Formats: sequence, C-alpha cells, structure tokens
Amino acid sequence: MATLVQGLRMALHYGEEHLGLEEVFGEDVGPPLGGAFTATQGIKSSWNSPLDERGIIGAAIGLGLAGVRCVAEIQFCDYIYNTIDLLKLGGMQSWASYGNWKCPMTVMTPVGSGIRGSIYHSHSFDAMMTHIPGWKIVMPSNAKDAYGLMIACLKDPNPTMYLKPKALLRVRGEEAIPGEPGIDKEGEKLLRQMIDKPIDDKGSWKPSWPEGLTDYTVPVGKGKIVREGTELTIVTYGRMLPICKKTADQLAKDTGASIEVIDMRSLWPYDWSMISESILKTRKVIFVNEDTEVTNFGEHLIRRTIDEHFYDLAARPKLIAGEFLPGIGLADSLEMASVPQADAVRKAALEVLDESA
Amino acid sequence: MHKNLRDITDKRQKTKIGGVVLKKALDTTKAKSNKNGAAGSSVHRDLKVVDEKGGNQKASKSGGFELDKKQLIEIHNLMVKSRVLEERLIKMFKQSDGYFWIGGPGEEAFAIPLGLNVKKGEGLNHDFLHLHYRASGIMVAMGMEPIDEIRQMKNVAGDPFSAGRNFGNHYSRKAWNVVPVSSTIETQYATAIGTGIAQARKGCTGITIVTGGDAGTAEGEFASCMLWANMPQRNLPILMIVTNNEWGISTDTAIIQRKGLIADRARAFGMRVEVVNGNDVEESYRTIKDVMEYIRKERKPAFIEAHLSRLYGHSSASGANFKPNEEDCLITFESKLEDAGILNRSKMDEIRENYTVEMREILKKVKQEPMPDPSSIYDYVYANQKGKYW
Repeated sequence: MATLVQGLRMALHYGEEHLGLEEVFGEDVGPPLGGAFTATQGIKSSWNSPLDERGIIGAAIGLGLAGVRCVAEIQFCDYIYNTIDLLKLGGMQSWASYGNWKCPMTVMTPVGSGIRGSIYHSHSFDAMMTHIPGWKIVMPSNAKDAYGLMIACLKDPNPTMYLKPKALLRVRGEEAIPGEPGIDKEGEKLLRQMIDKPIDDKGSWKPSWPEGLTDYTVPVGKGKIVREGTELTIVTYGRMLPICKKTADQLAKDTGASIEVIDMRSLWPYDWSMISESILKTRKVIFVNEDTEVTNFGEHLIRRTIDEHFYDLAARPKLIAGEFLPGIGLADSLEMASVPQADAVRKAALEVLDESA
Repeated sequence: MHKNLRDITDKRQKTKIGGVVLKKALDTTKAKSNKNGAAGSSVHRDLKVVDEKGGNQKASKSGGFELDKKQLIEIHNLMVKSRVLEERLIKMFKQSDGYFWIGGPGEEAFAIPLGLNVKKGEGLNHDFLHLHYRASGIMVAMGMEPIDEIRQMKNVAGDPFSAGRNFGNHYSRKAWNVVPVSSTIETQYATAIGTGIAQARKGCTGITIVTGGDAGTAEGEFASCMLWANMPQRNLPILMIVTNNEWGISTDTAIIQRKGLIADRARAFGMRVEVVNGNDVEESYRTIKDVMEYIRKERKPAFIEAHLSRLYGHSSASGANFKPNEEDCLITFESKLEDAGILNRSKMDEIRENYTVEMREILKKVKQEPMPDPSSIYDYVYANQKGKYW
C-alpha cells in the first residue's frame, strides 16, 4: 500500500497530466528536495520559491485569478500565520466581486504534532482556517483519501486548503489507491522504486509514474464512517482518526462498547448529515481533534449539536482537544501531555458511555 | 537640501522635454504648515517649467508638447472627467449619498496616461491590473463609465464592481483584467506576483501592472514583489508603480521612511527604474509608454516612482477638503494648453460644466435604483454559488 505522502504525490502527478495543474511551488518544493516531506518529489512543474510565505500565498491568489491552476505549499503551518490577511483576501475574491472573479488555487501545509517538532513545527491550523470564509478545507487521514481529496481540490473553482497530518505522512494505507502497483510488499517496494527519489541521488533521478492512476475523487464535504457503532459517535479527522478508531476497537474488545467513528475528511463544508444521523442513532457524541481547545472547531460542532439535537442527546457532548498552550514542548513528556492521546479518548468515551441523561 | 529633492532635481536637470528643462525652482524646504493635513512645499510641488537659462518659458503651440493636439485634448478631457467624477463622489459623501470616500484626485496627470497605455482586455495576453484605491483616472482612461463608480459609491445593487459590498473606487472588472481592489494596503503587490508568473510564459504578450502609495511600501509585500519579479531564472513582466504623495494617511512619510527615493530600493534588485514628475502629463506619458514597451518586449520587471499630489487628503475620514498647497496637475496642464493655444479657457470651462451636469444627472438616476437584497448576502461566497452554499 502507498503511504499518505505517496498518495498525495501521485495525485499531484495526475493533476499535472489530466487536470491542468501548471505550477507547484513553495520553499524547497522543487528539486533537489521535493518538499520537506517529499510531497512534490518528481513533480515536473514544481519549483523552489523565495522563502517568503506572504509572497507564496499572494502568488497563488494571482495565479488563481489568472486562471492558472496551482498548488502552493507552506512548509509548516506554523509559518502560515503571517499570511492570514492574504488567506482572507483569497477567500473573498469571488464574493467581493459578486461572482465576477474566481480564484481556483490550492494551498497545502503540514499540520499537527507527532514528530516531536517542538514549538514551531507542531501547530494545528484547523481552528484558524475554518474561521476564514470562502475556502474549502480538507484533511485526509489515509493514503487513498489523500489522493482523492487532492483530486477534488484540483477540480474545484475555489480556494482550497489541504491540511496534511504530518504524523501520518509516512503511514501506509489500508485501502489501495486505484492504479497503484500492487498492494503487497512487492508492490510497496516497486512503488518506492518508481516514485521515491533515492537519498543518494545526484540529480539524475526521474520518477516513473504508475500508468493506471485514475480520476478517483473524494468529494469535498463528504465524510466517511470508518467504524460503525450504536452507542457512541466519535467525530474526528486527520491524525486523531487512527487513534480514535484504534481506541474504539480496543473498547469493543474490553467492554463490548459499540462506537461509531466518523472521519470528517472535509472541515468546510462538512458532512453534517452524516454526523447528525449518527448522533440520532447513538445519542452520544464526542468530537476529537488536536488543535488548542479554546475556540476550537469542535466547539462549533458541539454548538450545532446542541442547537439541533439537544433533546435527542442521552449525554453531554464532549470535546477532546489540545491544551490551550502557546506551543507544544519538545520533550516527549511535554508533547504527550499537550495533545490528546489514546488514553484521553478512551477515558472520555467511557465517561460518556456511562453517563445517562 | 532634502536628499529626495536633490536626487529628483538632479534628474530633472538632465531631462529635456521639447527643449524645456525641468528643475527645482522654488524653496527647497519641506514645510508642512497646515494642521489639517494640507501639505506645504515638497518635491513635486516645487517643480515648474523653466528654461535652461532659468527663466520661465511658456510651452509653444508647436514646440512645447511631444504629444499631438488630438492626444492632448483627449488626455485633458479624461483628466477633467476623472476629476469631476471624484468631486461628485466627495459631494456624495458629504450629502450622505455614500458612507466613505477615498480616491485619487490629483493623480490624473499620471493616471490618465497610464490608463491609455494599458493593453485592455481579458486573459493572459492582456494586461493585468492590481490597483489601489486612488486609480480612478486609470479606470476612466480605460473607458469606465462614471455611472459605474457612482453606483458603487451609492452601494446600490447595480454596482458593477461589488454589488454594493465594497467602498467606492474599489473596482473589479474581469473583462479588463482589473482584479478586485482591496483596502488592505499593499497586498496587491503580492497578488501581482501570481499574474506575473502566469504572464512570464513563452508567447504571452500581456504584462502585470501594480500600483500603490509611498507609505504602503513599508509593507512586506512591496519587497516581496521586487524579490519575486527579479528571480534570476524567472524574471516576471511586472510594472511596479509607486505614486508618491509623501503622505501616509495623516503621517508625513519623511518621518517614517529614510530620506531618498523609494526607487532606490528597486535599484537594489537590478531592475529598470524610472522616477517621474507625476504632475506632468507628458513626462508621465512618455515614461509609462517607454517602460511598458520595455516590459512587453524584454519580459522583465520595471519600476516607476511618480511624485504627485493628493488634492483632497487621505479620504473622507480626514475631511476630503481641497488642499490648496498641493500642485493641481489639471491647472498646470490647462495652463500649458491655453498658452499653447490648444484649448481656451472658455472651452475648458464648458468641458468641466458638461461633466458636472452629467455626473449630477447620473446621481439622480442612481438614487432611484434599488439597494442590494439582504437575501443576497451569501451569493458568490463560492464560485457560481447563489444563496447559502450549505
């Protein structure tokens, strides 16, 4: 199976060949590095921009206005904060001109903790980004969705923000991306030889892309039930998805609890009908993400849950999120204490399961 | 002598226009005596036409101008049209027919020649414009009808730029590659990078034009644009323009930016740089045309710093009152036209009166037009989307 970053890379290649993707740029995005996390290795239209986040976002907006499809990368979302007004500007081009202009563009940036990235390489950006109208925002949790969501972004006529969960970038998927060469160990090895630049490459390497890649698309706004259940709904995305699913699996073994886990995949627009139906079924819900807890995106979801399902609930809805801290400390003990871990999800799930209205 | 002033004066002394040499003629002291924001003397305010012997020289009918009579009359007409439009917008604010005014009266001698030289149209083979909110003259010269801007000032539903959503002089016109004007100072220099990249492609004939003020050059995007436009392996066909009126809202630029030309910053990037008296129609026209031709042909960036006037202050927030100490480029130009026998006072008064009546009648019409429907607030948050997206 491909890794998440390989899936993303193959989607960018497909975009170049079939969806009119013409410019892929950002800091260290082009050769020789191909991106800090190798997401753009071998992408023929990739190039290295100045180390200038405001220039990168401005350039992406201009390209969008010019009708040139681009993907711009901010190397870590920790460095995107000085572009907030430009993100706002990009999100309002259509609205401010009453539909006269479109601004198709995709910005991608690694988010979240999990690699011991210290204060400036561990931030989340979902709370901040979902506060900026005019964008569509996606965040995959596996390789197949990474592929399909990028294809969706490259087809969209609006600004799209593609949040990459950096802790999952090297994680192999459990479902095959249509067109990837084999799903066994041999297939993985072959794919690596085809599209991963050798570490000792001196500049002559060229990728050999799988020929069977397809238009497989994960529509923006569509979530996925990754585990069905009847007693509790856990709504999450990105890095917290595999943690929540694993926790639900373990609780089923330990206690027999039946927990439904939803992968939102899109943060805006999001699949409220899927969430709503699940809440009506289980009558209990926990929202989980790793961004800081104050004015967290999950708080919006809880507000909507209260508005629309107050009398349907059998327990208080709960939010499990990161501590409200300026940053995430480097030491293992500090990071583990700053962002939700499996034990926090398990504890919350048990509390809610035990609670009765 | 003020460093700014000396540089420009030196340049002027080397710049001949039809046998006329521009040089600084009056007091070199920069005095700002008007507490309400009216500027005293400054670089461009002190420039006047003198001959090489130091005496005043009237532009002759044949020798005083490079442009032909037809062009001069057209430019004058557009300058008056733009000025009267701005004055109507100011009146609208003062008569509660608009919530806020900000615009470009005083920039016509530079703006009209700029607008006339734009390769107007849609797509990469036409010029992209990333304008700031003092670009009314550019839009008028490109063919904008006054009713368009009056509708935006009145924020009626028929405002063709934003359907009542944005301030006056915040244009947007896809058919002319005029991207939406933003109030965020200087972000236009960042977005210009993108259309510049798009137009750097082989075979593309359009260029990107970005305008901003002197105070805004303190923002990072200004440096970003110079940096990106001059990437060694990817020169971008961008015309960067700074209209220097020496004010940043209420702040004298001299107390927040180092002495010297803003253009010196552009020179450090190795790009072509021009400094012009933006109150002079012909110098502006000649420079703009020449620089645009250079960018179109060479596909490299260039920079123009235009020194000009801010005739009605920053905006309605500062009163929008006429500043008598600023040079009025229209008066200067009309004086030359009259001296050269190209237009007489009576004809020029008639042109102004006709536009004044026209704008008044337009406003009467616009005042009868419907305001935006409140149910439209969600329209076009996303492309092609009417109503709430979701």
